[in-house]
Amino acid sequence: MMLLWLLLIPLACGILAWLSERLHPNLPRLISLAGLTVPLGMASASWFNSREGFLFSGGPWLAEVSFPWIPHWGVSIHLAMDGMSLLLVVLTFFLGCISVVSSWTEVKERVGFFHLNLMAILTGITGVFLAIDLFLFYFFWELMLVPMYFLILLWGHENRRHAAMKFFIFTQMGGLLMLLSILGLYFIHGGISGEYTFDYSRLLGTPVGAIPAFWLMMGFVAAFAVKLPVVPLHTWLPDAHTEAPTAGSVILAGLLLKTGAYGLMRFAVPFFPSAAASVAAPAMVLGVIGILYGAVMTFSQTDMKRLVAYTSVSHMGFVLLGIFAWNTIALQGVIMQIICHGIGTGALFVIVGILQERVHTRDMERMSGLQAQAPRMAGVAVFFALASLGLPGLGNFVGEFLVLLGAVRISIPITAAASAGLIFATVYSLWMIQKVFHGPALTRPGREAAAISDLSLRESFVLGVMIVSLVWLGLFPQPVLDTAGIGIDNVRRAHASAGEHRQPQPEVISRGGVHAGR
Amino acid sequence: MKELLWLVPAAPYAGFLLLTLLGRRVTRRVAGLVGTGSVGLSLVATVLVGLDFLAAPSRPYVLHLWGWMNAGGFAPGVALYLDPLSLTMIFVITLVGFLIHVYSTEFMAEEEGFSRFFAWMNLFVGSMLVLVLADDLLLLYLGWEGVGLCSYLLIGFWYKDPANGRAARKAFVVTRVGDAAMAVGLFLIYHHLGTLNIQEAMRQASSQWSAGPVVAVAVAALLLAGAVGKSAQLPLQVWLPDAMAGPTPVSALIHAATMVTAGVYLIGRAHALFVLAPQVMEAVAIIGGLTLLISGFSALVQTDIKRVLAYSTISQIGYMFLALGVGAWSAAIFHFMTHAFFKALLFLGAGVVIMALEHEHDIFRMGGLRRRLPVAFWTFLIGAASLSALPLVTAGFYSKELILSQAWSSPAGGPWLWSAGICGAFLTSLYSFRLVFVVFFGEPKSEVSRSAGPMMLIPLVLLAFLSVASGFLEMPATLGGVHVFSGFMRTVFPDSMIPEAVSPGLALQAAAVVVSLAGIYLAYFLFLRNLLFLKRFAMRPFLAAVQRFWKEGWGFDRLYDNLFVRPLLWIAKVNRDDVADLVFLGVAWAGRGVHRGLVMSQSGRVRWYAVGIVIGAVLFLAVVIV
Repeated sequence: MMLLWLLLIPLACGILAWLSERLHPNLPRLISLAGLTVPLGMASASWFNSREGFLFSGGPWLAEVSFPWIPHWGVSIHLAMDGMSLLLVVLTFFLGCISVVSSWTEVKERVGFFHLNLMAILTGITGVFLAIDLFLFYFFWELMLVPMYFLILLWGHENRRHAAMKFFIFTQMGGLLMLLSILGLYFIHGGISGEYTFDYSRLLGTPVGAIPAFWLMMGFVAAFAVKLPVVPLHTWLPDAHTEAPTAGSVILAGLLLKTGAYGLMRFAVPFFPSAAASVAAPAMVLGVIGILYGAVMTFSQTDMKRLVAYTSVSHMGFVLLGIFAWNTIALQGVIMQIICHGIGTGALFVIVGILQERVHTRDMERMSGLQAQAPRMAGVAVFFALASLGLPGLGNFVGEFLVLLGAVRISIPITAAASAGLIFATVYSLWMIQKVFHGPALTRPGREAAAISDLSLRESFVLGVMIVSLVWLGLFPQPVLDTAGIGIDNVRRAHASAGEHRQPQPEVISRGGVHAGR
Repeated sequence: MKELLWLVPAAPYAGFLLLTLLGRRVTRRVAGLVGTGSVGLSLVATVLVGLDFLAAPSRPYVLHLWGWMNAGGFAPGVALYLDPLSLTMIFVITLVGFLIHVYSTEFMAEEEGFSRFFAWMNLFVGSMLVLVLADDLLLLYLGWEGVGLCSYLLIGFWYKDPANGRAARKAFVVTRVGDAAMAVGLFLIYHHLGTLNIQEAMRQASSQWSAGPVVAVAVAALLLAGAVGKSAQLPLQVWLPDAMAGPTPVSALIHAATMVTAGVYLIGRAHALFVLAPQVMEAVAIIGGLTLLISGFSALVQTDIKRVLAYSTISQIGYMFLALGVGAWSAAIFHFMTHAFFKALLFLGAGVVIMALEHEHDIFRMGGLRRRLPVAFWTFLIGAASLSALPLVTAGFYSKELILSQAWSSPAGGPWLWSAGICGAFLTSLYSFRLVFVVFFGEPKSEVSRSAGPMMLIPLVLLAFLSVASGFLEMPATLGGVHVFSGFMRTVFPDSMIPEAVSPGLALQAAAVVVSLAGIYLAYFLFLRNLLFLKRFAMRPFLAAVQRFWKEGWGFDRLYDNLFVRPLLWIAKVNRDDVADLVFLGVAWAGRGVHRGLVMSQSGRVRWYAVGIVIGAVLFLAVVIV
C-alpha cells in the first residue's frame, strides 16, 4: 500500500496547492513541501527497514502492490520496489524538496499552477520508477512529459517556446517508438503463450527471434537514449535545461535523465539480453563519445546554465558505459553516479538560479570576481565544481571510479579513453569557477555594479544539505551500495533468467558475471 | 600510543573544517592559532606514535578506520599503514608543515583571506598525510587528488589577478593528466590482481608476475605517469615554475618540501612493482637524469628569485628519480628529507627578502642585503650550501653523495647516469651561489622597508639546523660509515643495496667535491668579481638566444600550447553551436519548407487549381501510358 501512497500524496498535494493559491501565495509552497517530505520520510523509513532486513519477502521485490485495471487487456496497476527503485524514489523526493525550496522566491506568477505541474512531474517520475506493468509504465512516462512542457513554456526564460517544443518532440518521438515495442512484445508474448499481459515478470524471458528482438529493443532504447541522453540525440537537453526555471532544470537533470538510465537497466537489457549484448560494444563507444564530446561542448559555452547542462551529457556518458558493461561493479557505479550527479548538478543549477536572480544574466562574460562580494557562494560553487570533476572523497568519484573499474573488464582501450574525460572535466569545471568567481571584480559603470548579496539562510541551508549528502556518499557510500546491490541482483537475475530461453550469450555480457564474485 | 595514528591526519582536517565553518567570524589571532595548532597537534601525535613505533621498527602497524565501500567484491578500506617509510614522511611533513604555518602567521598577517589561507593549508597537510599513510591505493589516490586540489586553491590564492588563476588551473590540469593515467593504472592493478591494498597488491604482483611481463610494464608506466605529473618531471614539468604565483609559504610547503615529492613516495612505495618492469625503471632513471640537467640550465638564467628555486626543485626531484631508477630507494627518500629541509629554508628565506623589499622578485634589483637582513642571509647561505652539496658539513652533501655513488655502482646505473648527476651538481652549486652573491652581496639596489619578526626567523634557524644536522644520519664508508637512515629503511626496501658494499672509491667522491666547489667558485667569479665577463658574453646573439630558450623552460610551454591548448580552443569556438544539432534543425527546416509550400498551393484561386488538375492529369496519364 505504501507504494500507492507514494504516488497519491504528491498528486493530491499538488491539486491542493493549486486550489490554495487564492488564500496565500506561500500556501502552495508549504503544501507542496509537506507533500514531498512525507513520502520522503516514508521512502527513507522503508530504506532503513530494508537495510535491517525487515522488508525481505523472499521474492525479488521489497514491496509490491497490484490491482486489476483493464483486465480484458491484461493491464493492472502493478507497482513494485526493489533496491534500485527505492534509491531512485528517495532521490526523487529529495530533489523535489530541493526544487520547491530553491524556487521559493524565483516563481512569482501562477504559483499554484506551477506547483501543480511540479508535483505532477514528480508523481510521474515516481510512477516510472515503481510501475512494473508496461502499460502503466508508459502512462507514467507520458505523465512526466506534459507538465514539464508547461513548466518550461510558462515559467521559462527568453527562448522557452523553442526549447519546450524541442523537448516535447524529441521525447515524444522516443516514447512512441517505445510504445510500438511494448505492443510488439505484448502480442508476441500473447501469441506464444496465449496470455495477453503487460506484466513485467511474465514478459521477461519471452522467446523472441533475434531480428525482431533487435528491433523491439531498439524501440525501448530509442526512448531511453533520448532521455539519458546519448550523443547525438542530446541536442534537446541544453535548450530545455537552459530555458527551464530552476526547479525544472533541477528535475530535468537530476531525475528525468535518470529515467532513461533506469529504463535501460530495468527493461531494455533484461528483456532482450542477447540483442543488448550485440550492441554492447557500440553502446559503450557511444558512452565514451558522450563523455568526451559533452566535455568539449561544455568548455565552449558562455551561458553558465548551458555549461552546466552540457556537463550532464558528459556525465551520462559514464552511465551508458556502465550499463552496457553490465557487471556488478559497473552497475553499482551507475547507480552511485545517477544519485550523485542528481545532487551535484542539481546544486549547480540552484547556484545558477541564485546568480540569475541577483545579477540578471547567465552570460559568464558579464560576470567576474564574485568571490569578493559573495565568498560563501563562491566556496559552495567551488565545492560542486569539484564534485563534478570527480574529486575523491565526494560521491561522484565513487560512481565514476566504479563504472570505470567495471568497464576495464570489458575493454581496456574504452576505459582508458573514458578516463581522459577526467581531464576535460577538470578543464571546464575550473574554467567556470575562474570566469564567474575569480578574476577582478567587475566595476563597469551601470552594469552589475550593484553589490550582490551572499547566500541567504534558506539558500545556505539547501546547498548545505546537498554538500553534506555528497560528502557522506563519498566517504560512506556503503548503505547506498548495499541497497543498490539488492536491485542490481534483481535485474541481473531477470537478465540471466531471460537469457536461459535463448542461445548462449556472447562473451561480452557474460564475462562480467564470471568475475563479479571475486 | 600507536593508536593515536588517526589523529595525525585528523587534526589538520579538523582545523580545516573549523576554519571553514567559522569563516570570517573569527579574528586573525584565533584563525592563526587554530591553523597552526592543528598542525602542531599532528606533529605531537607523530612524535608520540613514532617513539612507540621505534621500539619495534621492523613490524608495520596497520590501523583500520572503516570499510570505505564494498561493491561486487571490490572492497577498499580506509586504513592507515605505518612503516619506516611512512613514518619518515609524516615526520617531515608535520615538522616542516608546522614551521611553515608558524612562519605564515606573520608573513600573511596583512593579507585578505587570512583564515581561508590557513583553512586550505590545513586541508593540504591533512591530505598529504593521508597520501603517505594510506594502506590502500584508492585512499592514496584520495590524498593524491586532495593535495592537487589544495595546490590549485593556494596557487590561485590571490584570485583577483587572472594570471594567478591561469597558473593555478595549469597546475591542476597538467597534474590531472598524470592522475588520469594513474587511475587507469589502478584499474589495471585491480583487474589483474584483484585488490588495491598496497601491500597485498605488491605481494600478488611479486608472486604472479615474474620477469617483465607486458602488464607489469604497463601498470608501472601508468603509475610513473602519475608520479611524473605530481613531481613535475619531464614531460609534465611545465606547471611548477608558474605555480610560484602562490604565496611564498605555499611554494615552500607544497611546491618544494612535500607535495611535489609525492611521486617519489609513490614509486618508493610501489617499488616491488617497478622492480618487475626493468624498462620502466630505466625510464625513471633517464627521466630523472634529463630533468635534473634541463631544469638545472633553466635555473641558471632565471631572474625571479622564486623561479630559480622552482627550477632547482624540479632538478633536485630529478635526482630522486635518478636514485629510484637505479634502485637506490632509501637514497631517494634520504634526499627527499634533506631537500625538504633546505629547500623549505631557501623559500622561507626568499620570502623574508621579498617581504623586506615590498614584493620585489627580481634578483637583479636586490643586492647587498647581507648586512641588513643578517638572519636571512646566514640561514639562506646554509640552505644554499646544503643545496650545493658543500662537502662534509651539509646534509645535501651526504644525500647527494649517496645517490651519485649508487648511480655509478648499481647494476642499473653506470657512468652515463653518474655523469648526468655530476654535471647537475656543478649546475646546482653554480645557480645556488649565483643567488647568494647577487641577492646578498654587491651594491644595495632597493630599500629595506620591513624586517621580519621572530615568527618568521625562528623557523629559518630551525630549518638551517636541520639542513646541516640531518645529513649525519647517513655517511659514506670513507667518512665513518654511518648508516642510521638506510638501516631504518631496511625493512621497507629489503632489496636495496647495502651502502657499505657500494662504496665506489675515493676518486669518484673527490670528483663530486671538486665539482661542487668549482661551481661555487665560478659563481663567485661571474657574479661578484668580474661582472663584465658575463655581460660581454650575453651580447652575442647566439648565446642570448640560448639564454632565452633556457629561461622559457626549453620551449615546452609553446609546444603544448600549439599541440593541445589551441586545437581545443579552436574546436570549442567552431563547434559552439553543436554540429549534432544541425541534423535536427535541418529536419525542422525541411518540415517548415513543406508546410510553406502546401500553404502556398492552397491559395483559393481557381486558375491555380485548374493548372494543378491539368498537371496532375498529365502526370497520371504519363505514368499509366508509359
